[in-house]
Amino acid sequence: MNETPSEHPVTLRLQAEFGDAIVETHAHRGDHTAVVQPEKYLEVVRFLRNDPECSFDFLVDLTAVDRLRLKLRPRFEVVLHFYSSRSNSRYRLKVRPADDAAPEVDSIVDVYPAANWPEREVWDMFGVRFGGHPNLRRILLYEEFQGHPLRKDYPVNKRQPLVEERPVPQDRPSTFFYT
Amino acid sequence: MSETLTIAPLGSALAAGASSTRDMLLNMGPSHPAMHGVIRIVLALEGEKVEDAEIEIGYLHRGFEKDSEVVGWGQVFPYTDRLNYVSPLMNNVCYAMGVEKLLGLETTERCQYIRVIISEVSRITDHLTCIAACSMELGAMTGFIYLMKAREYLYELVEELTGARLTVSYLKVGGVKADLPDGWLERLDGALTKGLAEIDEVHKLLTRNRIFIDRVKDVGVISKEDAWSLGFTGPVLRSIGVPRDLRKDEPYLVYDRVDFDVPVGSVGDNYDRYLVRMEEMRQSVRIIRQCIKQIPQGAVRVDLSGRPLTGAEMVDSAKMGMTTDLLLRTVRPDPTMDGSDKLHTRQLNATDKQVVLPPKEDTYGNIEGLMNHFMLIMEGEGLKPPPGEIYIANEAANGELGFYMVSDGSGRAYRVHCRPPCYYLMQGLDKMIRGDMIADVIATFGTINMIAGELDR
Repeated sequence: MNETPSEHPVTLRLQAEFGDAIVETHAHRGDHTAVVQPEKYLEVVRFLRNDPECSFDFLVDLTAVDRLRLKLRPRFEVVLHFYSSRSNSRYRLKVRPADDAAPEVDSIVDVYPAANWPEREVWDMFGVRFGGHPNLRRILLYEEFQGHPLRKDYPVNKRQPLVEERPVPQDRPSTFFYT
Repeated sequence: MSETLTIAPLGSALAAGASSTRDMLLNMGPSHPAMHGVIRIVLALEGEKVEDAEIEIGYLHRGFEKDSEVVGWGQVFPYTDRLNYVSPLMNNVCYAMGVEKLLGLETTERCQYIRVIISEVSRITDHLTCIAACSMELGAMTGFIYLMKAREYLYELVEELTGARLTVSYLKVGGVKADLPDGWLERLDGALTKGLAEIDEVHKLLTRNRIFIDRVKDVGVISKEDAWSLGFTGPVLRSIGVPRDLRKDEPYLVYDRVDFDVPVGSVGDNYDRYLVRMEEMRQSVRIIRQCIKQIPQGAVRVDLSGRPLTGAEMVDSAKMGMTTDLLLRTVRPDPTMDGSDKLHTRQLNATDKQVVLPPKEDTYGNIEGLMNHFMLIMEGEGLKPPPGEIYIANEAANGELGFYMVSDGSGRAYRVHCRPPCYYLMQGLDKMIRGDMIADVIATFGTINMIAGELDR
């Protein structure tokens, strides 16, 4: 939405390292953003964490935006906020899964364990899948919930059908404990 | 991980007459008093030892982020009250600062001091509630009562300031709803003195209490690396010895003008978390007392002889006496709007008419004020931040409270995402309780200070 490209040293470093894989950068009110191709996403995240000049060792937040009403494609955008304790700075990285019907990007739980619940929440709310996530289940809503409520085509006043009473499981579900 | 965890169905193990030990699944919550009715922890127990745990959240999900997309930017404040409901003023502050960042708006100095003061008052009430609830859950009912008494002193002042104890909605984009009532700062100072006395009392009751220490010491430990990689912030992270505090690292408002220390722990157990919170309350009092000394009066509109002008008089002079007969009909705003008059609006709020509501005496007293008010309130008008996105973070009582906001230039938020601090703390809870006794779950869960309002949103 903002056209000002980012001049942040981290942006320049990413552009030098990954070239065309950084599809877009911008700066707005002091926040710097880079958008990365989904294919290079995991690699860039690893680089941001491990590169001594970036060393973003703290994942602040992971969320998503449905850009349906902005009439932009691809439709979904996963947004990550990083913090570096070494340089005391913040950075925003975005990735846009190519497929609008079944959006999927790589999971970064291996790199940042903090992404575990946020990725589940993005799956829950937006229906974006994270490939390789150890336990990609809904988190704030229940399994029987139909649809993904933070998508822009989900009406705010939509009602959900009543859920059938669940049988009490006698066995421990195999997915229950994932560690 | 022990062998018993891989046991397949519990039923078949029973049928086979397995003689080996097997772990028992226990549902803790959501209908459990210590789980506050909103968390379900499924524990795999071996005897009384927690082998594994699964945490289920979402029982208080209300769709805060979806709701924020269908109302105007300024109408989200009541929803933010209900995020962390023991320190609602802080959520207000963070949200307001976010929208101001989107707008590129500067607030007045007096307003910033007020925001720091109410943030620190909220931090104290939050910590008081956390320690009170935790000590009560551990059986120290006396501590609970003393701390609730201390919180009551502060809540009375919050009530006086905002008209509500919990659903405060005190902030507005560009300022605050109303100025501090007369003598409020003095009463706050007195309440802090009284509150500190209660905290001292609890200090004597708990800090060196054998029973309390046995319950919390070396319980719920998490390593520095784990905490950092799981996104821990706030008192829980500081209790492990990481001196991360946004008020120091990335100062906002006027935190760079006050002097305070960031207490840190060493082990990262429940006892350290208790001590960090106790000390943070003292530091908050320090901050508030410095702010009370520093807070400026702000520019006051006066006439040439130094007399404050009323709204009607100012309008009349601007219209060169054309409204003299209107002066006879004095506008008396409702007493609950006290403080939102012209005098105070000027010194509290940013001057941008596109953002800040006019003083009430203008709204009810002249057509310009009424139109300005309407333009801000009517649907499709109102606050229209230019297209763009921002992330804003504040050091809330539980840790880093963040808002990610996207504006498309219309009167409504395109996307508001809240980064609740205790979401990440709860994510690490299973790591913290694993290996401890089942009774320790209560203590660890208590010192995490999970607030379901912000956890589930």
